[in-house]
Amino acid sequence: MYSKGLKPLAVATVASLAAAMALVFFYAPLDADQGFVQKIFYVHVPLAIVALGGFVAGGVMAVRHLRSGDPSWDVRSYVAIHLSIILGVGVLATGSIWAKASWGHWWLWDEPVLVSFLVVFLLYCVYYPLRFSIEDPERQARYSSVFAITAGAFVPLNFAAVRLAQEFTHPRVLDQTGGSLPGEMRLTFLVSLLAMALLFVTLWKLELTAKHAAMQLKKLRRRLDARVAA
Amino acid sequence: MIVAARAILRKDLLIELRTKESVPAMTLFTLTVYVLFHFGLDRDSLDGELASGVLWVTLLLAAVIGVSRLFAAEREQGGIEGLLLAPVDRTALFVAKAASLFVMLVMVELVALPAFGLLLLGPGLGGALPELVAILALANLGVAAVGALVAALAAETRARELIVPLLLLPLLVPLLIACAQASEPFLRQDQGPEDLGRWLGLLTLYDVVFVLLSVAVFDYLLED
Amino acid sequence: MAAIELDGLERRYGERVALAGVSVRVKEGQTLAVLGGNGAGKTTLLRVLAGLLRPHGGRARVLGAELPDERWKLPGSIGYLGHEPLLYRELSGRENLAYHARLHGVAPARVDALLDAVGMAQRAGDPVRELSRGMVQRLAVARAVLHEPALLLLDEPRANLDPAAAERLEPLIGRASGRTRVLVSHDVEGTMAESDVILRLKRGRPAAEDEELYR
Repeated sequence: MYSKGLKPLAVATVASLAAAMALVFFYAPLDADQGFVQKIFYVHVPLAIVALGGFVAGGVMAVRHLRSGDPSWDVRSYVAIHLSIILGVGVLATGSIWAKASWGHWWLWDEPVLVSFLVVFLLYCVYYPLRFSIEDPERQARYSSVFAITAGAFVPLNFAAVRLAQEFTHPRVLDQTGGSLPGEMRLTFLVSLLAMALLFVTLWKLELTAKHAAMQLKKLRRRLDARVAA
Repeated sequence: MIVAARAILRKDLLIELRTKESVPAMTLFTLTVYVLFHFGLDRDSLDGELASGVLWVTLLLAAVIGVSRLFAAEREQGGIEGLLLAPVDRTALFVAKAASLFVMLVMVELVALPAFGLLLLGPGLGGALPELVAILALANLGVAAVGALVAALAAETRARELIVPLLLLPLLVPLLIACAQASEPFLRQDQGPEDLGRWLGLLTLYDVVFVLLSVAVFDYLLED
Repeated sequence: MAAIELDGLERRYGERVALAGVSVRVKEGQTLAVLGGNGAGKTTLLRVLAGLLRPHGGRARVLGAELPDERWKLPGSIGYLGHEPLLYRELSGRENLAYHARLHGVAPARVDALLDAVGMAQRAGDPVRELSRGMVQRLAVARAVLHEPALLLLDEPRANLDPAAAERLEPLIGRASGRTRVLVSHDVEGTMAESDVILRLKRGRPAAEDEELYR
């Protein structure tokens, strides 16, 4: 059920990743100030956007879970959030590397996107202990969905707050993430974004397929045990 | 719904009055944290941003204690079943618990704020009082709503004491930003309102979002 | 009309089966006795009937409400007397009952009437933590019947009670009350004597007539 379309998706992902890499290395212009390291921007920002998208999608799927009571929506939500957290590590790591290479510091408090991402990341890290400290599977799913919705609503609010604070205290604004990208950079960025998004969806489907198979196995085993007991 | 909420609130306040567990602990905690900050920062008096930051971080940390204890009476004594078996809307429970937390925060602040003025604040509190009260009111509302939600989320987990602070504090970051920024001008030597409207606006938005969200989602908690 | 209709009821706890294949029909006004050793699933069954736990399989109808979808219909019709008295220890008996009365929309006068009926009128103002277990049990009974529920779920209702106290409570929770009851007790003979329907459980499943329950 989940593996429908997985193969073409995987192919598309590989293709777009390859295209993105080609563009990053050969097409996009070299930045005057920051040099080669600036290119990490093409990984960092798309990763961040996809991760945040994943968190919000996880929240939406959680809403569907609560309204329908269908546990498969909870699994989808869980995988989306779980993948986004992993991507989140990548976002913070690439962000840090970029900061160090461009401005000499491993962390920048006046980069609103990075800072609010850190807060969001810290919040979502609590997803695991919360989820796995609840033993009853149904309650576990329900509480996780409540968390996913709360955290999902929190993301935009947090970004707004951090950005407002930055404007106020640190008027310097990082402009690379703005809309004003020159043509070649924009194309590279968009292809990267597409590649990251496809990668996310492919991994999501892949993990769902694996989980589904594991659950089917468990169900069969349970039925077998019941037969043997009777 | 209101009747039930009032009944639950009344019960909670009555128990708190008898046991005197949460409010004194939270208040004592804020005083202790002031002392810690004094030693940690090696400062006799604070003003402006630093004062604002210390005040709000302290209050939020104290709130964590209150949130952890919010369902304690149910867990340890009365049992949440008493509520689940009654024809009571979950929303009533949310309202009651949030109101309970709000009241406790106010009680704590009645001591914590003057104490801050006495112990750590350089410039006096006097002139800024009305504005600070407004900020506190909105802040307490937000903390109460988010706190009740987090308390319910963590109520059934084994790792409750760990989950509450880890969950509550990041969620309170936007509130902290708004409150710290809003009160900073009032805690300076040369007091004057700057952009108060913008920060109160953010606080109000935060409160509205989380009150609505919590009410919507609370029904799915505390049942099985 | 059947007050309780269970058909192949199932309830799991993670991978472990708590209840499976439980079927029984209880008419209004009848008493169902649930017998079984420790861990047989008696308490789980009571909690499912109370609407506190949702069934994972099979069919369940309690007081006309289909579980789990219509669970919301149950609160207010169930009188639950479980292991825990569900009383706040820092509050007095009267305060506890008044609280439950408000939650259920019951007139305050009934609180005093019940305190009298269970023989706790004198100590009603003392905090529950100062009372003996027998007194707490009496208050718990008062709490359970305060809102005149249609169905009584009783888990060891006479625990900690001396015979005089137990007899006093008969009109409230005994057969004489006329209510539909589900009774769980280790006093097998006594329980069977006052029951119309008997359900025997072993490890969550219905046990045969001659099967040994308590090994």
